[in-house]
Amino acid sequence: MAKYLLKRLGFILLSLFFIVTITFFIMKAAPGGPFASERKLTPAIEQQLNEIYGLDDPLYKQYIDYVISTAQLDFGPSFKYVGQSVNGIIKRSFPYSFILGMEAILLSLSIGVLLGVIAALKHNKFSDYAAMVIAVLGISVPSFIMATILQYIFAIKLQALPVAKFDSFAHTLLPAIALATTPLAFIARLMRSSMLDVLNADYIKTAKSKGLSKRVVTYKHAVRNAIMPVVSYMGPLVVGILTGSFIIEKIFAIPGLGNEFVESVTNRDYTVIMGTTVFFGALLLVSILIVDIIYSLIDPRIKITGKGE
Amino acid sequence: MSRILEVNDLSVSFQTYHAEVQAIRGVNFHLDEKETLAIVGESGSGKSVTAQSIMRLIEMPPGEFVDGSIMFAGEDLTQKSEKQMENIRGKEISMIFQDPMTSLNPTMTVGKQIAEALIKHQHMSKKEAHNQGIALLKLVGIPNPEARINQYPHQYSGGMRQRAMIAIALSCNPKILIADEPTTALDVTIQAQILDLMRGLQEKVGTAIILITHDLGVVANAASRVAVMYGGKIVETGTVDEIFYNPKHPYTWGLLGSMPKLDGSHETLQAIPGSPPDLADPPKGCPFVTRCPHAMKACKEHMPAYTNLSDTQKTACWLLDERAPKVELPESAIVGGTTVHG
Repeated sequence: MAKYLLKRLGFILLSLFFIVTITFFIMKAAPGGPFASERKLTPAIEQQLNEIYGLDDPLYKQYIDYVISTAQLDFGPSFKYVGQSVNGIIKRSFPYSFILGMEAILLSLSIGVLLGVIAALKHNKFSDYAAMVIAVLGISVPSFIMATILQYIFAIKLQALPVAKFDSFAHTLLPAIALATTPLAFIARLMRSSMLDVLNADYIKTAKSKGLSKRVVTYKHAVRNAIMPVVSYMGPLVVGILTGSFIIEKIFAIPGLGNEFVESVTNRDYTVIMGTTVFFGALLLVSILIVDIIYSLIDPRIKITGKGE
Repeated sequence: MSRILEVNDLSVSFQTYHAEVQAIRGVNFHLDEKETLAIVGESGSGKSVTAQSIMRLIEMPPGEFVDGSIMFAGEDLTQKSEKQMENIRGKEISMIFQDPMTSLNPTMTVGKQIAEALIKHQHMSKKEAHNQGIALLKLVGIPNPEARINQYPHQYSGGMRQRAMIAIALSCNPKILIADEPTTALDVTIQAQILDLMRGLQEKVGTAIILITHDLGVVANAASRVAVMYGGKIVETGTVDEIFYNPKHPYTWGLLGSMPKLDGSHETLQAIPGSPPDLADPPKGCPFVTRCPHAMKACKEHMPAYTNLSDTQKTACWLLDERAPKVELPESAIVGGTTVHG
C-alpha cells in the first residue's frame, strides 16, 4: 500500500511537471502580455515593469526560475493586483469553490444514485420513466441555462433564494443545483443500467433463495455492486464540477477560484494563470488517486499493490 | 417414506411483448423424504422454471402461475405471500445454481454470505454464525476454513465456490435442496467430487434433493427417481432403473442414445434431430411429435395420457396405446450395465 501510494505520488509530480511546462510555453506563445492595455505605457515604464517581474530575462531562464519557485510552492506575485500574491488569491478564493464543488458533488451523487436505484427497481413503470425524463433533461440542458432558469424561478419570481453572491447556506443552493444537474442526470442513468444488470445477476438469486427480504437484497447485495461504475465516474465528475464552476461562479458572482482563473486569462496575469492551473491540476490528480483508493475498498477484487502495471 | 412435496398440474407462463410463453404446462410430480429426484431434459424444456417456481424466484410479472398447486407441508406455495416465502426459502427449501462463478456475491466475504441465512433463520448472533460458518465450510470439505471464511469468492476455485454454495444452501438443514445443474459448469473430476459431497451430506442432513440436469451420467450417479421433461411437460417418469433399462418414451430413447458410450459401439454421438417446440405457440398434441421417428396421426392432434407401467413408472406416449404399432427399443438407447451406477 505504502509503495503504491509512493508510486502514484511520483506519477502525480511528473504529471504536474508536464502541466507546468506545457502551460508555461503555450501561455508565452499567446500574443499580448500583462501590461498590454488600451492605454499605452511609455517604453521606459514598461521596461521597468518587465525588469521587476523578470519578464526581460530569456525565456529558458524565466522557465527555470518558475519551475524552481513552483517546486517551493511559491506561485509568485500577481501582475494585475499589486501587492497580492498568487498563493494569497488561491487561499482567499478556493474555500468558496470548495464549498460549491463539494455541495454539487454530494448532491449529484446522493440524488443521482437514488434516482437510478428507484428507476431500476420500478423498471418500465411510471417512476422509471419519470426518473429517466429528468435524467435526459438534466443531461441536455447546459448548466448556464439551468442557472438562469433557477435564478428566474427561485430568486426573481418566488423570491425564495438569493440571486447571487455567496454569504450564507441559502446562497449556495442555486449554484450548487445548477452545477450538479448534468452530473446528477448522468449518474442516475449510469446507476440505473448498472443496477438493472446486477438485479439479474445470479448472486441476487442466491441472496433471495436464502430468504432475505427484498430490502436487504437490494441494499446489501445489489447497490454495493451496482455502484462501481459510479465510483469510476467520480474522476470525470470532479473534472466536470471544476470546469462547470468556471461558468457558474461567473453567473452567480461567486468570488471563487474558477472566477479568478477566467479573469486571469483575460488579464494575461501570467502568474495567476500558472498558479491556478497548477493548483487545479494537482486537485484533479489527487482526487483521481482518492477515487482509485475508494474503488479498491469497495471491490475486493481490485488489489492495491506497488508491483507491476 | 412420506411425501414432502407434491406438484399438481402446475402451469407457469411468461407474458412477453409478442405472446404468452407457456414455459411449463401441467407438470405433476412428487418428492419423498430423503430421496433424490432428477428432472432431466434439454434446454428450454422447463426444468429451471419448475425449480424456480417451487422457490417462488420467478419475477411476477412477467411470470404467472396459470394453474395448479405446489403442496409443501400441507400448504400451497403458490398462494404464499412474499413475506411468508422468506421464511421458507433458505430454511425449508434452498437452492444451488448452475454457475458457481457468478452465484456468489463478489463484494462480500464467503463467511458473511453463509452467516446471512443463519442469522435470519436460526437467529444466531454474528459470532455464532461465524463459528457455524467455519463448521459448515469444514463439512463441505474446504481446507483451512478458519482462514477461508474471511476470503472473497474470487479467492476460491470453481469447485470450492460450489462447495461454499452447498454450505450456504444446507446451513439451516432444509427439508428440500433444489440443485439446478450444480455440476454443469465444473470440470469432470470436480463434478464427481461435488456429487459425492451432495450424496454424503444428504445422508447426514436427511435432505431430499431435486436434481436438475441434462446430464444422464449425473442422473445415474446421484438420483433414485427420474422425471423426463420435454416441451414444458413431464413425458416420462420412473425409477432410475426403469428409465435406463426400460424406457418407453421415444424422447427418453433419444436422450439415452445421445449419451456417449464407454464400449465404443457408436463412433459418432447420436443427436436428436430438430429443435424443441416454440412454447409461445405450443403444439396441440405431443410436444415431441416433430422430432419423433415414430410419430403417428394421433400424436399431432392429441396429447397422450399417462400410461402406468408400474407403481413408479408413468409414460405419456401414444405408442403405448393398444392400437399403436409395436416399436422395439432402438439399439442406441440400450444402456450397457456398466454405465449405470458407475
